[in-house]
Amino acid sequence: MAMAAGSTSLGGRPRVQRPHLSKMERVVVNMQDPDHGVKMRSQRLLITVIPHAVAGTDIVEWLVQKFCISEEEALHLGTLLAQHGYIYPLREPRGLALLPDETPYRFQTPYFWTSTLWPASELDYAIYLAKKNIQKQGALADYEKEQYTLLHKKINHSWDLVVMQAREQLRAAKQRRKGDRMVILCQEQTYWLVNRPPPGVSNVLEQGPERGSCTSRRVQMIQSSDFYKREIECFRKALGRNRVKSSICLEAHMNFSSQRGPHDPIMSGCLPSNPWITDDVAYWAMNAPIVVAPTKLRVERWGFSFRELLDDPMGRAHFMDFLQKEFSAENLSFWEACEELRFGGQSQVPILVDTVYQQFLAPGAAHWVNIDSRTMERTLEGLHQPHRYVLDAAQLHIYMLMKKDSYPRFLKSDMYKGLLAEAVIPLETKRRAFQFLWKPLHSSPSPALQLASGEPIAASSPADDQEA
Amino acid sequence: MCDQTFLVNVFGSCDKCFKQRALRPVFKKSQQLNYCSICAEIMATDGLHENETLASLKSEAESLKGKLEEERAKLHDVELHQVAERVEALGQFVMKTRRTLKGHGNKVLCMDWCKDKRRIVSSSQDGKVIVWDSFTTNKEHAVTMPCTWVMACAYAPSGCAIACGGLDNKCSVYPLTFDKNENMAAKKKSVAMHTNYLSACSFTNSDMQILTASGDGTCALWDVESGQLLQSFHGHGADVLCLDLAPSETGNTFVSGGCDKKAMVWDMRSGQCVQAFETHESDINSVRYYPSGDAFASGSDDATCRLYDLRADREVAIYSKESIIFGASSVDFSLSGRLLFAGYNDYTINVWDVLKGSRVSILFGHENRVSTLRVSPDGTAFCSGSWDHTLRVRKTSFHFAV
Repeated sequence: MAMAAGSTSLGGRPRVQRPHLSKMERVVVNMQDPDHGVKMRSQRLLITVIPHAVAGTDIVEWLVQKFCISEEEALHLGTLLAQHGYIYPLREPRGLALLPDETPYRFQTPYFWTSTLWPASELDYAIYLAKKNIQKQGALADYEKEQYTLLHKKINHSWDLVVMQAREQLRAAKQRRKGDRMVILCQEQTYWLVNRPPPGVSNVLEQGPERGSCTSRRVQMIQSSDFYKREIECFRKALGRNRVKSSICLEAHMNFSSQRGPHDPIMSGCLPSNPWITDDVAYWAMNAPIVVAPTKLRVERWGFSFRELLDDPMGRAHFMDFLQKEFSAENLSFWEACEELRFGGQSQVPILVDTVYQQFLAPGAAHWVNIDSRTMERTLEGLHQPHRYVLDAAQLHIYMLMKKDSYPRFLKSDMYKGLLAEAVIPLETKRRAFQFLWKPLHSSPSPALQLASGEPIAASSPADDQEA
Repeated sequence: MCDQTFLVNVFGSCDKCFKQRALRPVFKKSQQLNYCSICAEIMATDGLHENETLASLKSEAESLKGKLEEERAKLHDVELHQVAERVEALGQFVMKTRRTLKGHGNKVLCMDWCKDKRRIVSSSQDGKVIVWDSFTTNKEHAVTMPCTWVMACAYAPSGCAIACGGLDNKCSVYPLTFDKNENMAAKKKSVAMHTNYLSACSFTNSDMQILTASGDGTCALWDVESGQLLQSFHGHGADVLCLDLAPSETGNTFVSGGCDKKAMVWDMRSGQCVQAFETHESDINSVRYYPSGDAFASGSDDATCRLYDLRADREVAIYSKESIIFGASSVDFSLSGRLLFAGYNDYTINVWDVLKGSRVSILFGHENRVSTLRVSPDGTAFCSGSWDHTLRVRKTSFHFAV
């Protein structure tokens, strides 16, 4: 077995950095298509004529047509292209914004694209600033002067090189035609506006903390035999799994969404009103976890699924009442105790397991639950080494029992029907006519205050202190 | 056995052969050891049988993957938008910003709602974590973390604590207190420890367990009280960026998405991956379950959102538009699952009709990328956080098309 480590390359395809850049580049390339691109014209700037310019409004129009979007969206997209330096204004290249009028723009040369020339080198920046400084005293903006001084300190040892390069580039530029000179100046300026934005302008190239650091040059990931074996195992299991036909699954989503539509405030509104619209919290008060009179929609939801019923404290309470009438309340209590175990603190596990055993599983227990003998046997065995999942099998058995048996009976019961009949449908509260009559918004006590027993509840101050 | 090894410049005594060499950290069942490169490479090929090489294992994995795609395709008899043809189209939505929360001095990275439907916790680049009553816009608590880029935060189900973490590689839990004499930072509990940044965290059904996702490629389940690691989840080939717990009734599963373009569904009890999907073309920034628990949506840097069905075991819808070029950073469903809200890195929020696959609305307003987006627990509003330092709570009214 040779050192197969040599064949371990970086697992999978290399990570594509910032896919949005190549997509933007495709857009600007399409914009420059002679047949289907944006209408090009020559732009006169004082006495010079610059070819291949486009008007801002034409850019927006082209985007509207090409992507079938609104003008607002097209302007937004065009602005992003400008902010990333793919198009630049010919006349006033101090800021990269897209104006939807006759303002002339040009497309940045691929040499200066972010994907080509990134990250921007400090040396290049120093040369650029030096050029600007040499050309015209005082041409540097304040922030540029600061940067210049900083760089001077930092790369002092190469400063001669910087100045020499700057002079050389200026000299070479003089030999070009005026038009070309102006264009190159704009291109460079745009590049630096993107890579060294002025204060107050956000850096569009900022990406946040580095990702996939395991695939960067510094760090190398070696996929070991374990990794592949695990993948193979995963795939084998996946191949053996039962799949459901798409038509059935998708039909289920349709039914789910249409059943829940009337219960979705975003889709159907909510009664009496959406608190965020009318500033009236009645909706929240009426739908608090425990209320005297639950709303009709809420009681209806208890009929959608067993989980929906259990998730609602009121629903669960009524279901418990029902089970008590049927003398099977210990099932729900057992299920609740199991949930407490599963999601409880690690240190509580032994105590909880013991409590559950004493109350529900031990022979002669006060709330003995009826589990099939095989599950009971396995569970009792597992109790010797208690862990938080030791009751899973028993819990599942009881859950299914309730779901398949007690729950359907509950839904057919007079109790549930009565709840449904009594349930409230709130009246709609229209938005207040005189909205400017400002009154403090209802502040509610924080749930965190429930812990502070005996301490006075801190009154929240009204909403008039919005700090900037 | 280790599954991933990383190369780092550390010099010292190898934990295996004890020679003085350049070392790299190696993980054996979540325990970190330092091996020299020779021992690390031997370990990588440990467990290979005769006639096996890493290359042969890799190609076996590839061919099985191909077979799996074939199997998945066999039962795909209809597309979602075809099934959705008989559903009524949605009309115009009006979504106005009803609250703007200003107070973070820097990029907002993450937010979460409290179960009381009005409070939220948000975290930002400068280490600030703020708890707001977003209805009144009051700030109720604020704490400054000792690290920058707090990329994950979560509200405890009881509403009495919050969890957060980021570049400190940890997840810490802060109990919320109104006692003026108490310093919130003093009661801080360090719960999770990863070997790279924390990208996402979420409490399970109680305040006592936390699930975390990290840039070190793993997810983990922790006991809050003791900080004990209860289960770790290995299988992603790169940073894990997001996770979401399933609203399922009996199982405990969750889905995670990562830089390896994979979305993986895990069994919390066994630590095993039960399903994996790899159709995105770039990092998956956000995953969120469809309310029924039978599907989930993902948002990615490839500028698409996708819907994966768990029973059909495949991707069933792609939400994309040619004009949407920037990555989706955050996704969430409306209560009925009919709408998918997605925040993008181009500062917009796009609202998708989940069933028909079309875009319903585009929302402007943020002045920098939208980093986080959540629908409120009762579905009455949704909140978006952005790199422009603000959070916006928006309500919606729905007008039927005339």
